[in-house]
Amino acid sequence: MNIIVCIKQVPDTQDIRINPETNTLMREGVQSIINPFDMYAIEEALRIKEKLGGKITVICMGPQQADAALREAVSMGVDEMVLMCDRAFAGSDTWATSYTLAKGIQKLGKFDLIICGKQAIDGDTAQVGPGIAATLDIPQVTYVKKTEEIKEDMARFEKMTEEGFEVIETPLPCLITVVKEINIPRLPSLKGKIRAKQAPVTTLTAKDIDAEPGKLGLKGSPTVVKKVFTPPKRTGGQILQGDTNEVVNKLVEALKDMVVAAGKT
Amino acid sequence: MMDYLLTEQQIMVRDLARKIAKEKIAPVAAEHDEKETFPWDIMKVMAESDLCGVYIEEKYGGLGGGAMELCLVTEELSRACGGIAICFAATALGTYPIILFGNDEQKQKYLPDIASGKKLAAFALTEAGAGSDAGAIATTARKEGDYYVLNGVKQWITNGGEAEVYSVIAMTDREKGARGASFFIVEKGTHGFDFGKKEKKLGIRASATRELVFNECKVHKDNLLGREGMGFIVAMKTFDKSRPGVAAQAVGIAQGALDHAVKYSRERKQFGKTISSFQGLQFMIADMATQIEAARALTYAVARMVDSGARDVSKESAMVKLFASDTAMKVTTDAIQVLGGYGYMRDYPVEKYMRDAKITQIYEGTNQIQRNIIALEVLKEQLRK
Repeated sequence: MNIIVCIKQVPDTQDIRINPETNTLMREGVQSIINPFDMYAIEEALRIKEKLGGKITVICMGPQQADAALREAVSMGVDEMVLMCDRAFAGSDTWATSYTLAKGIQKLGKFDLIICGKQAIDGDTAQVGPGIAATLDIPQVTYVKKTEEIKEDMARFEKMTEEGFEVIETPLPCLITVVKEINIPRLPSLKGKIRAKQAPVTTLTAKDIDAEPGKLGLKGSPTVVKKVFTPPKRTGGQILQGDTNEVVNKLVEALKDMVVAAGKT
Repeated sequence: MMDYLLTEQQIMVRDLARKIAKEKIAPVAAEHDEKETFPWDIMKVMAESDLCGVYIEEKYGGLGGGAMELCLVTEELSRACGGIAICFAATALGTYPIILFGNDEQKQKYLPDIASGKKLAAFALTEAGAGSDAGAIATTARKEGDYYVLNGVKQWITNGGEAEVYSVIAMTDREKGARGASFFIVEKGTHGFDFGKKEKKLGIRASATRELVFNECKVHKDNLLGREGMGFIVAMKTFDKSRPGVAAQAVGIAQGALDHAVKYSRERKQFGKTISSFQGLQFMIADMATQIEAARALTYAVARMVDSGARDVSKESAMVKLFASDTAMKVTTDAIQVLGGYGYMRDYPVEKYMRDAKITQIYEGTNQIQRNIIALEVLKEQLRK
């Protein structure tokens, strides 16, 4: 089984601080990590490989520093790593990112399964996985919480829904995105870490993937960010005191005032 | 941070052990302590991460490191739980006799499974009547054809019952006294080899401590380590190598207690300020941190001396075990003081560090025995001048 895992390098939100004056992220000194949902994708790939054999390639679009994320995946047991790195990719939204990753994956040759985390913790869009599947025109199953069965040419997954789960059977190749319920990612091993240090990274640039230049980077991104703002902080509110009748009357009066005030604006 | 000029590989080992301690051990340490359950969950993680064989030669499946790597791992694990750390370090203690005195067949047979984490090991010397006075060992090994027949009871054996491989000292010739002891490798499941009750301890409660009972237990002569009569040399050389490991455990326990104390001092408010703003408390923290760093520096220095192949490290390894364990006892006691009443409660993790620290002053030679060794060596040095 030829498995491709897409990962993203993101800032570790656990130690992110917000600049109270500008309301922007303070990125200085913040560590970069593999997007936590992608860790489940890596682990699921490793488990499937342990069962069926084959090869796992991890692919990441990002700057040179994303190399560290790829090596961490290799230290867990992934076989090969590919970094998609080019100035032309800069400023990509989810549409352009999906297109770029799909072109990169096509370049790598035959594959049976693509696994992505359900979303990245920095953008939270959950669009890139489905976008890759759409670009490659292959079936997709999102929010997978269990691999029920997987064989050479078909697989059956449990897909999480708000009410419970659905069981979906699909031919391969296909793409899945996974949720945290699917497994517990392993820690890296020492031998894996030693291998990761020496293993070569394949770099793919815009030229390598035969992409249409207009579909890459900022130019290929239809998303426009109009404004980024922090919602106002919640104020303390008001606590009404007294016996029930008294409090209810006060509340009704207060609500009336608010309705009147709202009507005036 | 003090720079100890670790190699790239040592940093990798330390960081991985630190990650395991933080992510896997810290969340379960209190539960293993409370329920006195053996941490097989963590041993499995250690095995999957290749950490079990850091001090074992590469050709036997290890990483090819030595006492330094053993210390780095033990220290990091101890920072989260001294009891879980000792399950790993006691395996090293049980393995050192094989590393130091085993022949190639013995090494081939036992080391790969220990390096991969498939098997744990244990070291069996102490008996009811023989601890510090190792010459009083009553367990015997009688030669019968190709076999030795062991009889006797070993007491307080760490990893007892959980380990698969035991390094056991027994008297092959009582007439010869100290020169009549020999070391054997005994596998769990050998006929005539059983385990007594699991002991209830003050600290390191995740680790298992049991009696080993030998009753006409037949061990093949291929399992003799070194030669007959070398038992005490095996024991002493093993301790020389392993004592920095106890020191590392003590340093880790002390550091873990300090970490908690510092964090608490920045959160706890009294008189309208965090208690970390009071100089009386700051001085305590300064002393604790300084003592730990001194113990760590000595630990690494002695571990490196051991790894350099120095012939005689008895004095230094006694010094480091003594100093680091006394430091751990002092620092963990002070850590409780920093937390005050909360520190004394089991709901907070700090009292456990003090309970875990105490054993480091006792096992692998009490600190009084360490002082004997140190004094003897110092006095001998004067004679040689």
